[in-house]
This record gives sequence, structure tokens and C-alpha cells, in this order.
Amino acid sequence: MDTSEDILHQASPDLVRGSETARRSKAARLSPSFISWLQAGPMMLVFLAFFLIPLVFVVIVSFWDYNEYQLLPAFSGRGYTDTFEGCIAQLPDLCTIGKTYLMTLKLCFMVWAITLFIGFWVAYFLAFHVKSKTWQMGLSLLCTIPFWTSNVIRMIAWIPLLGRNGLVNSGLMKTGLIDHPLEWLLFSEFSVVLALVHLFTFFMVVPIFNSMVRIDKSLIEAAYDAGATGFQTLVNVIIPLAKPGIVIGSIFVITIVMGDFITIGVMGGQQIAAAGKIIETRVNALQFPAAAANAVILLAITFLIITMMSRIVDIKKEL
Amino acid sequence: MSETTRTTGVSRRTLLKGTAGLAGLAAGSGAITGFPYVKSADAKVLRYLGTAVNEGDDISKQCLKDTGIKIEYITATTDDVTKRVMTQPNSFDVLDTEYFSLKKLVPSGNILALDAKKIKEFDNITPVFTKGETPGGKKIGGQGTAPWKVLYLEGKDSKKFATSATEFVTLIPTVYNADTLGIRPDLIKRPISSWSELLNPEFKGKASILNIPSIGIMDAAMVVEASGKYKYADKGNMTKEEIDLTMKVMIEAKKAGQFRAFWKDFNESVNLMASGETVIQSMWSPAVTKVRSMGIPCTFQPLKEGYRSWASGFCVSKGVSGAKLEWAYEFVNWFLSGYAGAYLNRQGYYSAVLSTAKAHMEPYEWAYWMEGKPAEKDIKAPDGSLLEKAGAVRDGGSYEDRMGAVACWNAVMDENDYMVRKWNEFIAA
Repeated sequence: MDTSEDILHQASPDLVRGSETARRSKAARLSPSFISWLQAGPMMLVFLAFFLIPLVFVVIVSFWDYNEYQLLPAFSGRGYTDTFEGCIAQLPDLCTIGKTYLMTLKLCFMVWAITLFIGFWVAYFLAFHVKSKTWQMGLSLLCTIPFWTSNVIRMIAWIPLLGRNGLVNSGLMKTGLIDHPLEWLLFSEFSVVLALVHLFTFFMVVPIFNSMVRIDKSLIEAAYDAGATGFQTLVNVIIPLAKPGIVIGSIFVITIVMGDFITIGVMGGQQIAAAGKIIETRVNALQFPAAAANAVILLAITFLIITMMSRIVDIKKEL
Repeated sequence: MSETTRTTGVSRRTLLKGTAGLAGLAAGSGAITGFPYVKSADAKVLRYLGTAVNEGDDISKQCLKDTGIKIEYITATTDDVTKRVMTQPNSFDVLDTEYFSLKKLVPSGNILALDAKKIKEFDNITPVFTKGETPGGKKIGGQGTAPWKVLYLEGKDSKKFATSATEFVTLIPTVYNADTLGIRPDLIKRPISSWSELLNPEFKGKASILNIPSIGIMDAAMVVEASGKYKYADKGNMTKEEIDLTMKVMIEAKKAGQFRAFWKDFNESVNLMASGETVIQSMWSPAVTKVRSMGIPCTFQPLKEGYRSWASGFCVSKGVSGAKLEWAYEFVNWFLSGYAGAYLNRQGYYSAVLSTAKAHMEPYEWAYWMEGKPAEKDIKAPDGSLLEKAGAVRDGGSYEDRMGAVACWNAVMDENDYMVRKWNEFIAA
């Protein structure tokens, strides 16, 4: 964040100065396409420097060899073959990487479905039930309050609540509903999904809300006038028109959850596999090419999911 | 947990630093002039890379007072320290690291062997490091990367460990300890005497193990051996078959729900134990002390199969020379001169030069920490907080008893790569 601002600060005076002189001297010759390039240029440079070039490095390194203490810049598919070790030999059982991705996708799907459900209705409420713009604004800001503290603190705050001797368990025991503490509340898939939903629902709310407020109210009136029930209006008018927001929100949530290993680690008691966790373990053991190979695999799978989703909705067209 | 956070913070910061450099290049403005302070040319400053274990404020303050050397701490986790030595060898002067890392660090050529003759107290370093026995003559278990196997190099620029003493020392030892299982005696309510108890179904859902693969697998091996399933030639250097066998036992236990969670840093282990989520787990001595200082009973249980030990020390970056190298020697000499040793002993660790540390400790402190005698007075931590009331006895007893019962040392295996893959399989199971 800081660095991209730096680059903008450093780049913009030159650009501004450059464009001013250009305007003064040869204003007539500045073509619109040149101006577009100028406008898109800084972002392009940021993208090139911080995304494309590092990505190329990651792909290159993923094909290197390594030993205990250094990278060996010779072509080797070891990072990949090691990763898929036993995937055929162990059939019908899943190999490590298969199990890991199955678990990651499962968590991803659960978190996606729940954040979508909650996010959709929160956005619906904000867009259609809150009439005044001021209130809409105020309530949206309210949704950001959890973001005032750090991600890690929000996550750790669940632990004293859900633990064996935590608030929830001792509350339930006192009311006599249970006589043994519920073990699955913490360090389980349940707690991982709970924390991820808590962290990321907001990323669903904002784009869906954004799509919904732009729906022409007269369309809803027309549907009502034509005799549609509330449910029919929802399914045939609102959901199709909110689709871009739904897809954008889904992309946010899915990409974050696919790469997450800290939340899954802390809330899962380090006992639940995650694609990101494999990369972390490899990096910590100084096995960079293997880590890079896993990163490339993760990227490819995430990319596949996103491509499938953008097949459903053409985001560019809808925006 | 906080250490995990710190780790990501550090790597993110390093990342930002790197990208900031790139940003400067991309913007065509050349180097970014950064730091807001101006260093005076004469100030003796050493950049000290290490884990938080030795990096006390009290130590750096006392060092500045005694020697005029200003220590700038660069704190990272064990894994990140090693990573940094490999990738940014010029970003530090003095390195505080563990002996088992040497198998990676020395071949990388990024560290400088120190000259034993320039270390004043070198001959007084405990025989634990030089001979593999306690001062009382007890032979210490040498499985794993035992310090005496990697203490010397064949020559000044050699990348080979020498089998007998030379004057070129890889790491000057500073601190070490013997680790075992921590237990909650109030919740277990019966004596525990073997590593095999970690997988006892009695503690189903209430056990935990360290999630640092190279160390976790050694604790696992202690358990496997204790339960009589297998006897390893060297727990610190397993064959592929031995790794398979060990992980199979652990995977079965995990699937049966034996483990509540795995932990990776100090605070996580303290929280698990203090909250009662676990009642038996691999642990570090100061973490047990921390749980106890919260008023919760916790024992660092000596076990009949012995301890898993670790040790760390100082070496210097290859990039250090001239006056700076002299300061580095001065600093290492100061560190062994007693103040720091006493400070470490009072935290429940052990210092490398016992005689100088003893001179800096009260006799009753020495008797409690090192001789295993009941405390004559209340035992206090270096910061003055109460650790134990008068009458308490240290878990495991004296230095002789604890270090003499060490069975193996933290290690990096030859089959490390395979082991890491197996560990990922264990987590995914």
C-alpha cells in the first residue's frame, strides 16, 4: 500500500509537469489514446513491478533444484513431482496434496456460501429497507467497525469464547443444556469457518450493496405492478441485477480463503491442512523451489475458479 | 501467537523494504534515502540477529554500560533467522543461532568461524559442549546434532566440521536447556514418568505437540521409542523408513483425536496449558514457569527416557571485518563474563560458562537453579517478579541430573526434505 503510494507520489510530479508542458507547447498533437496511456501508466507500472515480475520469478524458481542451504539454478521438476508424490500409487486414497486441496476447497465453499447468504441479506437490508442516504452510509460504516482492530486480534478473540473452559461452554453447562464441554467449538472446522465468516462477510456486503443501490427502483415498481410476488421480484429482478456484485464479492472471499493459512492455523489448532500452510512449511525449511511450485499450483487452481465464475457473469460488461 | 504475528510482520516488513527499493527504481528516482537518524562514526554498534530467547533489554543495556557497544536487536523466529543468513548475509553482524542450523549455515559460506584463542573464557566453557559430558563426568546422549559434533571447523574458511578440537569455532555457546513434556498435575492427578504418556488414550483430545517439523518429529520419536515400538539408531537422523514409521504412529494418534492442537511458539504453548485445553504437551522450561506464575500448577516433568536438548551460541557474519570484528569478539567475551549468564540461569536456561555466572548469582539462587536444592528464599525472575516461593525445588533437579539425562539434541536430518513432506502429510491426515 505504502509503496504503491510512494511510487505515485514520486511519479506524479514528473507526469504532471510533463503533461503541462506538453499541453502548452503541442496541445493540438496530444491524441486521446496517449492521454489514456498516461492515465493508466502508473497503475501499469505498479502492476508490472509488484505483480508480474515477481510472479515470473516465482514460476522460474519453481523449476529450479535445491539442497539444504541453497537454490541450484538448474532446470528441475522436483518441486512439482515431490508435491504430487504418491498421488497415483496411493489410489484410491488421496495423496497429501489431494487431501489438502479437498480440505481447502471444502472450507472455501462453506465460507463462500455462508458469507454470500449473510452478505446478500445485509446488503439487501441496506439497499432497500434503509430509505435515507445518511442512514445507509452510517450503517455501512458500522459494518467496518470490526476492521478497526487487526485481523489477528479479531481471530484470537474467539479463543476464550469457544475454549473448553470458555464462555460459551461454561454458559451452556450452567444452564444445564450440556454436561460435558463441547470440544468441537474450538480447534475444529467449525471454528475455522466461524472466524473466516466473521473476517470476510464484509467483503461480500460492499460489492453486493454497490450493485443493489444502482438498481433502478422503477424496475421493482414495474414488477410489483405486473403482479409479481416479493419472491418473484427477488429471483427475477434483484438477483440478476445484483449478479456483478455477487461475483465480485465471491472472488474476494474465495481468493482470500484459498490462500489463507494463518486463520486456519490459529483456529484449527494447526491440525487442519491448507494450501497456504504447505507453502509456509516449505519456505520455513528453506525449500524455496518446492514452495514456489506449490504457489504456482495454488495460483492455477484459484485462477481456474475465477475463470469459471467470470464465465457465469461477464463482469466487464455488467460494470 | 504473538510470535507468529511477529513473524509475518517481519517478513512483510522485509518484503516492503525490498519492494520499496524496487519502487524507487521503477519511479526512476534512484535510491530511497531512508533512515531518520544519523549514526556517529565512532559509535560501536553491532546488529544482533536472533530469536527472542537471549534478546533481553537488560542485557543490551548492561553491555552498553560495560563495553560501550550498542546492540541493535533484529528479532526473528528460528526459521526466519536461518532464512535471513542465507538470503541477506550482510544485514547483520552477530548471529545468535542454534547448533542444528549449522548444517545449513556452514555450507552456505555466509558465517565466519571465530578464533578460540580470542575468547577469554573458552577453556572454561562447560564440557557439555566440548566433550559431551557434564562437569561431574556423566556421559550425555549424542543423538541428533550434538554441539560437539559441529563445534569446530577444519580451517578458517573450511566448510567441513572437524572431528577433533581446532582453533576455529563455529558457534561460541551461550545458552542451552533440556526439554521434556509439560503436564498439568492438578488435572492428571497421577504420576507421569514416560514419554509414551503423550499418546495415552487417557489424554485423548488433551495432548499437544510442537509444530516445528524438525523438533516435533524428535519428540514423536521419543514417544515411539518409549512405547517400545521401535529403537532408533539416531533419532536426529532417521532413514526414510524410520520417518514413515514415526509418522504412521503420529497419524494414527491424530486420526483418533489424541491432539487438541499443535503449537508453534512460546505463547501458544502457554495459552493451551493455562486454559486447560491441553494437560500434557511438549514444552519449553520458561513456558512452564510462565504458566506457574499465573497461579496454575504446571510441571516440567522429568521422564525416564531422558530429555531432548538444544543449544545456541554466537557467530559472526562473513561480511564483518576490521574494527567491527574486534567489537564482536569484545561483545562475545562480555557475554560470557557472567552478567548475561546469570540472567539466563535465572530464567531457567543454562549458561555456557558456569563459573562466571555463579559469581554473578546469589548463593541461594545458584543452589535452587543449578544444584536442585530447595529454595532458601523466594526465587525471583530477572525482572523481579516472583517465580517460586521459598521451599520449592526445581523440576528435574540439578544441572548434573538434567543435562546428564539428555538423550538427544535438536537436529536437521539428512532426509530433511522427505521429512518435511511427511510432516505436511501428518497435518493433512
